[in-house]
Amino acid sequence: MTTRLSPALIAIAALVYVFLVGPLIIVIGASLSDTTYLTFPPQGLSLRWFENIFEITAFRRTIVTSLQLAFLSTGLALLIGIPAAYALNRYRIQLPSWLSTVFVLPILVPEIVLGFSLLKSVAVGASVPIFVSLLIGHTLLVLPYCVRVISASLASFDFSIEEAAISLGSPPARTFFTIVLPNVRAGVIAAFILAFITSINDVSTSLFLTGPGISTLPIQILAHVEQFFDPTIASVSVLLMFLTVAVMAIVERTLGLTFLAK
Amino acid sequence: MLKRYTGWTLALPATLLVALFLVLPVAATIGTTFVDTKGVLAPYTSFFASGFRRTVLWRTLEISLVTTAIALVLGFLTAYVVARAPGRLKSILIIAAVFPLLTGVVVRSFAWLIILGKNGILNNVLVGIGVTDEPFSMLYTQGSVIVAMVYLFTPLMILTLVGVLENIPEDVIQASASLGASPSATFRQVIFPLAVPGLIVGAVLVFTGSFTSYATPQLLGGERQMMMGTFLYQRAMVNFDWVGASTIAAIMVVITVAVVLAMTRIARRLNPMTT
Repeated sequence: MTTRLSPALIAIAALVYVFLVGPLIIVIGASLSDTTYLTFPPQGLSLRWFENIFEITAFRRTIVTSLQLAFLSTGLALLIGIPAAYALNRYRIQLPSWLSTVFVLPILVPEIVLGFSLLKSVAVGASVPIFVSLLIGHTLLVLPYCVRVISASLASFDFSIEEAAISLGSPPARTFFTIVLPNVRAGVIAAFILAFITSINDVSTSLFLTGPGISTLPIQILAHVEQFFDPTIASVSVLLMFLTVAVMAIVERTLGLTFLAK
Repeated sequence: MLKRYTGWTLALPATLLVALFLVLPVAATIGTTFVDTKGVLAPYTSFFASGFRRTVLWRTLEISLVTTAIALVLGFLTAYVVARAPGRLKSILIIAAVFPLLTGVVVRSFAWLIILGKNGILNNVLVGIGVTDEPFSMLYTQGSVIVAMVYLFTPLMILTLVGVLENIPEDVIQASASLGASPSATFRQVIFPLAVPGLIVGAVLVFTGSFTSYATPQLLGGERQMMMGTFLYQRAMVNFDWVGASTIAAIMVVITVAVVLAMTRIARRLNPMTT
């Protein structure tokens, strides 16, 4: 580039990055502390607060629930989202143009309103069990990622390849699995990851749908912070960060992370 | 015959899910706010008659607007540097922005509890270097909510704008420079106008995100800095006032949708290429 960046601009960007990364480093530091109260820099190093997570039944239970929900809701959203994304691209002429807007609605409607409305209509109104209500809420929440990300990869897929396979005698369903799906693999992986992370971190929708005996990890963290102010939460946070790092490593391996800025 | 409906059949399950579990329940929530025992639109008249409720609405709008403005400035300046960074450094900077974004809202808001608390890091530092003898009460103020919100949304702004700024052709910038424009003139007259549609998208994301947030105002604002999201929760789950909560929900939906529609329209007018 011929245009030089001014040192002031670079300094501002550097400070913004300190601001972005600093607090997370502080959480990591606080999680390693030996003291019974939250402090940074840590006074004496110990992993006791990590052990503590697994000694608290509520955390153990909500970690399991959150993982179950994330896998199930992402799976369901892919199961119905992939055909929808395929239809939106392949049968564009058949379908009304507003249909693609339908899959943006879960992003447009405030999450907290969705959670409250599901509580009233589904959990209380239709007496749907808590876990199923949560599953419905999470599937809705992650569906837009599945439809939109996969749609974006399908947009650059040349459907004449599929037609060629079909005209050569390959059954449509088999053609889909052997020709179309492998070509949008990157999109499916990206959708899976975005959906999974969204589900595991969700607060606003789950807030209303958790109930006696069944809660999710972020809701449990919120409840815990309000009662106790000890390093356990810092350790749980670090655990969630590890999960994020693991997921990011998978993305980096399969797609390269810069695709997220596209 | 079968072929004519294939598209619909494939899109049907997802469409049904959204229709049955999003459109219907949200419509039902909004539906209950038009009439109650006191008359037509009574939930709204009582919402806007209460000084406290109006304050919550104004506070939410104010916090969201300030957050959006700060995130826009920080995000734009940073994205400008990131977009022009050399390859390897650029990837690192993008990863450093993606990572906080993928870390949950609860974790990132909690980090600010450690920093801003009465015995938090910032107070320890301030007392330590002798700026003050007594630690400040920084939590549960509008400032603490805004700081945490800016923290939450700046990465989103950076990522949105890096893509936009990268798409500005290098030739355009070079043309401007070779025609004699100073770097700052190029920035103001060429780069900034071309980035406006991206700035609008970023602003919409940040504004609607802050306007509807729950965890951050709950942890850093508490009762004193109640926002629409925390207020909705309180009405519904503490006071069991479902009509009142539904009214808050309806106001949130209307404002969010209005902002999105208005801004998309402005973006489209400024740049017909954006869809």
